[in-house]
Amino acid sequence: MGILSKKDRQLITDPLSDNNPITVQVLGICSALAITAELEASVVMSVSVLFVMGVGNVVISMIRNIVPSKIRIIVQLTVIATLVIIVDLVLKAYAYELSKTLSVFIGLIITNCIIMGRFEAFALGNGLWRSFLDGIGNAFGYAVILIIVGFFRELLGSGTLWGIPILGDPIDKTFLYAFGYENNGFMLLSPMALIVVGIIIWVQRARSKHLIEE
Amino acid sequence: MSIKSKLHDIKESFKGKTMAPAFNAFHTFLFTPNDVTSSGTHIKVADDLKRTMNTVIMSLVPCLIFGIFNAGYQHNFAIDAANGISTQASLFVNFLTFDNLMIGSMKVLPLVIVSYAVGLTVEFIFAVIKGHEVEEGYLVTGMLVPLIIPVDLPLWMLAVSVIFGVVIGKEVFGGTGMNILNPALTIRAFLFFAYPTWMSGDKVWVYDAVNRAGSPEAISGETILGSYAQNQDIIYSMSDMFFGFIPGSIGETSKLLIIFGALFLIFSKIGSWRIILSTLIGALVMGLIFNGVIEAGIITESSKFYGLMSVPFWEHLLIGSILFGAVFMATDPVTAAQTNKGKWIYGFLIGFISIMIRVFNPAYPEGVFLAILLMNVFAPTIDHFVIQSNVKMRLNRLKLKTA
Repeated sequence: MGILSKKDRQLITDPLSDNNPITVQVLGICSALAITAELEASVVMSVSVLFVMGVGNVVISMIRNIVPSKIRIIVQLTVIATLVIIVDLVLKAYAYELSKTLSVFIGLIITNCIIMGRFEAFALGNGLWRSFLDGIGNAFGYAVILIIVGFFRELLGSGTLWGIPILGDPIDKTFLYAFGYENNGFMLLSPMALIVVGIIIWVQRARSKHLIEE
Repeated sequence: MSIKSKLHDIKESFKGKTMAPAFNAFHTFLFTPNDVTSSGTHIKVADDLKRTMNTVIMSLVPCLIFGIFNAGYQHNFAIDAANGISTQASLFVNFLTFDNLMIGSMKVLPLVIVSYAVGLTVEFIFAVIKGHEVEEGYLVTGMLVPLIIPVDLPLWMLAVSVIFGVVIGKEVFGGTGMNILNPALTIRAFLFFAYPTWMSGDKVWVYDAVNRAGSPEAISGETILGSYAQNQDIIYSMSDMFFGFIPGSIGETSKLLIIFGALFLIFSKIGSWRIILSTLIGALVMGLIFNGVIEAGIITESSKFYGLMSVPFWEHLLIGSILFGAVFMATDPVTAAQTNKGKWIYGFLIGFISIMIRVFNPAYPEGVFLAILLMNVFAPTIDHFVIQSNVKMRLNRLKLKTA
């Protein structure tokens, strides 16, 4: 059985597939569309959200019994804001270039619906350990989609992965470009991210039919 | 035994198998099937989907043939122009020549073949997956697509965008008759945003101009819209524009043949004259407004909008693809507004917005396809409000009567 009971394990595995925050709950779409043009940005965003969600869920779970429900939203916002500022400052200190690429979107983790949603739906009613698992589970679910979208958008849009040319050099016309291949500029535009997410949702529902709503 | 009955026998043997839809599609393409509805009242009419589609294709054939010759003609014209020879377009002397036909067929026919082959393959795959009949919808789309793209477009780009356009533009919504956006324009929009260097500029419209760029044999093929947008002089005469001896997308240059196609569609009652007419009116109104702005002196010659704004309002119909869009794209019965009043509004806004994009956005030399796609999205809304206002009017009438 290991360290995780079956129920606990579900907290991690469910958000990865059947209860994915992006493709099933359709939360956090905004950032998924905005920053997925590059794989690196997607990964950094995923890690940031992982941190905020994991710690945030634990903190909310700790104080859930002493916060009056009337002011719980503002308390939650304070918690998220604190964590986001930590992430933002860390990025600015250690990955300045990247933090410029991500610009406002790190700050906008505050408004990421997944975080608020998990606080409300889970952390307010569950213990520390389970809240932590739920937080990182959902963050992983978010990360999976972000990384898939970022992978395809960067590969097809710029011909690179993590900034490294994969398909050859478009200017010197090497490898694929020698055959007349060209980067798909549409991939770099946000509408295409929406379509890629849509295709992921399509594939997922085609594979697990019980997700299809009537 | 005739081919027809043989095919019918094969069809029977296919029944219930995975590949049945694929075979049935081929069968119904050739013959009217023997199957008859066994219950209920039904009215038999001759103008089924297949005939409707064929009528549209027939009206497009002249444009395609002209496009083939024009591809060759523009190529030779540009080479002459680069060598300092100015040629006058003449139908029999230098247009309908074997040389032009050869160059044109070599460039245009592959586009047509790729468009049909890829598109129909996608349709067949989806029909087999869904287990229903293949719909004829792609027959027209497959013909429209080569007519609205530049002649030098690489074939693989066309293939990629056809797959995208048919899957995302049509199949995800449920296939022919359910699509919100015009598939042909979805394909063009995808091309435009994905590979902008192949869809705009002064090189792509003439065969071989891209290859020769930068070499001593460089040739240019700026479209009229492009020249206006850069405030350059126009080297083409009005009659060139009307008959179509100008660079542009393959099938949209000859206004005369588009008008023939339009008349054919209107008299066969396939195309809606309301949409065509209102689109043109919309374009003229926007053109008039811009002319008024110029006359009032609000925009002077120093402005970058001056070139296109000062175009006489009626000339907007001769340059660019507004006429082609109005006749063959806006009238698509699936994506257009359905109510008569709605058609007027829908068409008017297409024309109005087309010219607006054309003038105001130098990045998009032609806005017709964007305007039509935009109005495709709004067509159901327009219909909704037309019907609601009708309901309200009738309710009021009823109240007056009873009061």
